[in-house]
Amino acid sequence: MNAARDLVAVLADPAQAAAFDDPRWTGMLCAAVAERLAGTLAERLAGVAVPDTVAAWRDNAAVQAAQERRSALWEAEMARRALAPLGVPVVLLKGTAYVAGGLAAGRGRSIGDLDILVPRAKLDAVEAALLAAGWEWVKPDPYDDAYYRQWMHELPPLIHASRDRMIDVHHTILPPTARPTPDADLLIADSVPLPDGLRMLCADDRIVHAAAHLLADGDMAGGLRNLWDIHCLIGEAGTDKLAARAARHGLGPAVARAGRLAHALYGTDVPVTWRRLTVADRLFRRRMLAVDGWGRDVRRGTRFAFYVRSHWLRMPPLMLARHLWVKWRRGKQ
Amino acid sequence: MRHAIGLKIGPVAFRVGSDWAGPIAALADLYRDYPPPTGVPDYTVRLEAARPWRRWIRPSVTVRGDHMLPDALPLDLAHGVLAAEIGMNLQLALGERRWLLLHASSVERDGRALIMSGESGSGKSTLAAVLATRGWRLMGDEFALIDLATGAARAFPRATSLKNGAIDEMLRHVPDARFGAALTGTPKGRLRHLRPDAQAIARMDAPAIPALILFPQFGRPEAAEAMGPAETFVRLTQASTNYVPLGRAGYDALTRLVTAVPTVAVDYPDTDTAVGMVEQLWAALP
Repeated sequence: MNAARDLVAVLADPAQAAAFDDPRWTGMLCAAVAERLAGTLAERLAGVAVPDTVAAWRDNAAVQAAQERRSALWEAEMARRALAPLGVPVVLLKGTAYVAGGLAAGRGRSIGDLDILVPRAKLDAVEAALLAAGWEWVKPDPYDDAYYRQWMHELPPLIHASRDRMIDVHHTILPPTARPTPDADLLIADSVPLPDGLRMLCADDRIVHAAAHLLADGDMAGGLRNLWDIHCLIGEAGTDKLAARAARHGLGPAVARAGRLAHALYGTDVPVTWRRLTVADRLFRRRMLAVDGWGRDVRRGTRFAFYVRSHWLRMPPLMLARHLWVKWRRGKQ
Repeated sequence: MRHAIGLKIGPVAFRVGSDWAGPIAALADLYRDYPPPTGVPDYTVRLEAARPWRRWIRPSVTVRGDHMLPDALPLDLAHGVLAAEIGMNLQLALGERRWLLLHASSVERDGRALIMSGESGSGKSTLAAVLATRGWRLMGDEFALIDLATGAARAFPRATSLKNGAIDEMLRHVPDARFGAALTGTPKGRLRHLRPDAQAIARMDAPAIPALILFPQFGRPEAAEAMGPAETFVRLTQASTNYVPLGRAGYDALTRLVTAVPTVAVDYPDTDTAVGMVEQLWAALP
């Protein structure tokens, strides 16, 4: 009995849960909460016969997800109003885009920050407009601020003073220090309009971004949820032109690995060449399943290795050394 | 986890796991009269060592679980039962969406509920515990759960958490055997838990219709002043942990509560005076 494997199996095929006893349900639900997949699982379990106590959990998670969805859409509307006078394209990313676009990946999804993509040339104007509309800096530290502005693919995070919600303003989808360099102009040029004037990435770019976010950036925290996004996005958009599109953004390997992992864990329909895991893929799978039935992080070594990798991906060695030195000295103060 | 217990308090079931036997044994003793939960719990609470070696060396309890605060300070292992209480409260405060949660104590008589809200130190827990010795049913000392559909109050009768002077006050009213172990030097000072009586446990699943809301304030000259629905509404939004995320449903439930239920701010110098004031206000209800 492994809670993370149960969670993955039931997301892919809710009927699998029919045979679960109470301890197995308990472990899977707890793992789902820890992986921020509670709302998604609740959505998958809708209409499935479950024990009464599981139904109570499911109803609570469904209400919570509906509220997160409502807040996310409202936050997007607030940003739209603040930025409308600028006349710049504002592209919603990740969870907010999925719910605004009515995509399967948005069903029950937990959504924290609002992520938007705007043209790099308009970044200063966007920042000024958001500050004027009540957003404030979260990181007052000069090093962090300078680091974001020089080396990150987004502005330092802003938080709204009265609504207490964070916005990440991106100008591309990977840090400039990362080895692949996605074509940000193409992302915006091919984005598609939403009914209210906001935009989202085109179908293939949504998958490319989700794969970049999962595999080319960060330490794989929340990996099961990000991979579920990819499963749903591929399910709706298919993979006909995906590899070519990924190659244009320099993200062919990341998208292929995301496709292989999605197939291995969630049974996603992918091209034949993506149906076998490589040896390295198995490490990613091991990392993604590193949560137990108490919601605890397990496999410390694997986690640490991916944490180190996330910095390696983001920074050349000398820069990494300087970054760690600054962070270490600050930790001593 | 190595040590674990299931607890059902009113309509909410918890699973509490611990790296140490002590906190679980203390919980089992405190909740020995409660029926064990069945099925799948609503929430998981973990009492963990912050680092693996802290299980043995200078052991301290970090409270984690389904829902947690990022910068919660660890507690002394001797205060493990307080850590569990904090963990259970956090799950409800951060995760619960089935009811509107009011930070309040509540008691019931004849199917009708008296809800007492106020800051920590207002005396609401002590007052509820004393009323429970005078024929009222204790519904809870921490949260009143307001049903979003019906407006009824649900009980959450966890062990009453008494601090400092309130412990001595309650020892005047109930035998020492009803109390849990004394905890000294907690972040809240001296602390002792009082086990709810048999009636509170036996009827913990019975809802009650809210009939009176009080804002008690201990340590002041006797005074009672009616509060209008607008002020009650604002004060209860501040006393609710999930009013904002509930959105429209929370607004509707709270509006219904404050327009249907009379509210009084009650200042009192001592518990006996407060009990008299409560009985008088209760008798005057339509």
